[in-house]
Amino acid sequence: MNIQNLEKSTWFYLCITLLLFILPMVITERSLQFIIIQIFIFGIFAMSYDLLLGYTGIISFGHVIFFGLGAYTTGIALDRLGATIGSLVIGAFIGVLLAAFVSLLVGMLTLRLKSHFYAMLTLALSGLFLVAAEKWRPMTGGNDGFTFRLPDIIREPNHLYILCLIFFVLIFFGLRRLTNSPFGKVLMAIRENENRTTSLGYKVVYYKVIASIVSGVVASLAGVLYALSLRFVNTGVFATDLTIDVLLMTIIGGVGTLIGPIIGAGLVELAHHWLSSLADVHWIFERWIILYGTLYILVVIFFPLGIIGTIRSKLAGRNK
Amino acid sequence: MGVIMETKDVTVSFGGHVAVDQVSVQILERKFTSIIGPNGAGKTTFFNLLSGQMKPTNGSIYFKGADVTKRSATERTRLGIGRSFQITNVFPNLTVFENVRLAVQSQAKVRYQMFAHFNQYKQFQEKTDEILALVFLQDKANSLAMNLAHGEKRKLEIAMLLALETELLLLDEPTAGMSLEEVPAIIDVIHEIKQQGNRTIVLIEHKMDMIMGMSDEVLVLYHGELIAKGTPNEIVHNEIVQSAYLGGGG
Repeated sequence: MNIQNLEKSTWFYLCITLLLFILPMVITERSLQFIIIQIFIFGIFAMSYDLLLGYTGIISFGHVIFFGLGAYTTGIALDRLGATIGSLVIGAFIGVLLAAFVSLLVGMLTLRLKSHFYAMLTLALSGLFLVAAEKWRPMTGGNDGFTFRLPDIIREPNHLYILCLIFFVLIFFGLRRLTNSPFGKVLMAIRENENRTTSLGYKVVYYKVIASIVSGVVASLAGVLYALSLRFVNTGVFATDLTIDVLLMTIIGGVGTLIGPIIGAGLVELAHHWLSSLADVHWIFERWIILYGTLYILVVIFFPLGIIGTIRSKLAGRNK
Repeated sequence: MGVIMETKDVTVSFGGHVAVDQVSVQILERKFTSIIGPNGAGKTTFFNLLSGQMKPTNGSIYFKGADVTKRSATERTRLGIGRSFQITNVFPNLTVFENVRLAVQSQAKVRYQMFAHFNQYKQFQEKTDEILALVFLQDKANSLAMNLAHGEKRKLEIAMLLALETELLLLDEPTAGMSLEEVPAIIDVIHEIKQQGNRTIVLIEHKMDMIMGMSDEVLVLYHGELIAKGTPNEIVHNEIVQSAYLGGGG
């Protein structure tokens, strides 16, 4: 079995899933577990972004809106209604509903037009949500944010790890099925040639709006898990930096590949962690963001289609 | 023989330029109609009006008796009007098979199905194989469309059009940009479709021998106006056409 077939094999992913489930028994260090949890969360977030950018060809500069909604509704529900599973479910459910509604609204308003209108409206809306979160202090705690307690059952880090992993795996397999479904193939056709897709009789705008809703809902679930992992929410969850991060994760890993954004999320999270911790070694590493930028440039030069995209392309060339 | 498509005084203008000027034609069902005219005569614009890519400034368009003037390109495809494009218009990063299967799928009621793997739809695979064989592209099924030669891309265009199973096929210069060696293969494909006898074909072409050999009726556009229509033989001997298009002095 060659690497390309391996990539298509469900058994391969199930084996990796199994390994990830037993990982907490091997890696017991809390900080390392926390990084892996963050990789799961940003992996989910990046996959949701990839559904838009990589599969449908829609650029969003405000994908963080949905992430932030999930984080805030979860935080507020757990803070106000008490640290119970019921509050968590209510918070997450409201976050998902709001994300679906906002993505439907933005999609209906802009997806009939050229793709940059979607990018611009999402950028403007993310700014609006950021300001709203800053100003609505009684509810959000403003810039300072607020901390909250987790339900007992997920207070144990291993349990939170398992929860995040379950969501990560379900969302991965769900999106994998979606992108390999008749619907997913139409999304790819839209990315490739929107006018041609229309002339084949597809109502392109419906597909784009549905993709936008699915993507928004998945991003909000990433936000829910993010709030749980930090036990804290502040306006940072609406910051444009996060959208840039998720854009880079997707591009570095390889757009239109699903696995790519996960690899991208892993690399970016590890780079964040290790480069910033190098400050203890030498003062030059206090400016780690410069090294981070250099890393991006190198990846773009040597992996123009992203890591997975470039590897796939090279393998396809070799097999010809 | 019924009329499948009809235009009544169809006009489209861009600013001061009238690209199609009060053209009234009737396309007969299951017949092979060709549209000829020099470059800039408005042939492709007329096709755009028929397929819904463009809306007329004035006039009406009817398909099987129903007014479709205000219908979108998507709606017209669903009604039974399919078209190929003069400039190759495929999905470059998808395989040949996937390109055709997308067209096949568009005719089924599973367009919004997101939870079933596309491989479950064996009928799509079979239909796609059948169409690829018809246009002699079965060997290229797994190649990316972007890697095809120009002539093969044109065949792929026609395959996608056939997959739509529309009653009316609008073929916009299917041999454009092809080498002399590639042209016969496309002619064979079009001839095969004509032989099947269940479609109405409207063709825009510059290759006169192809037009004269295949057409039941020829329409001649010149500066956006319909200047003649008739059988290939009538068109060849039409003096207005000779002076305007075929270069004869009459």
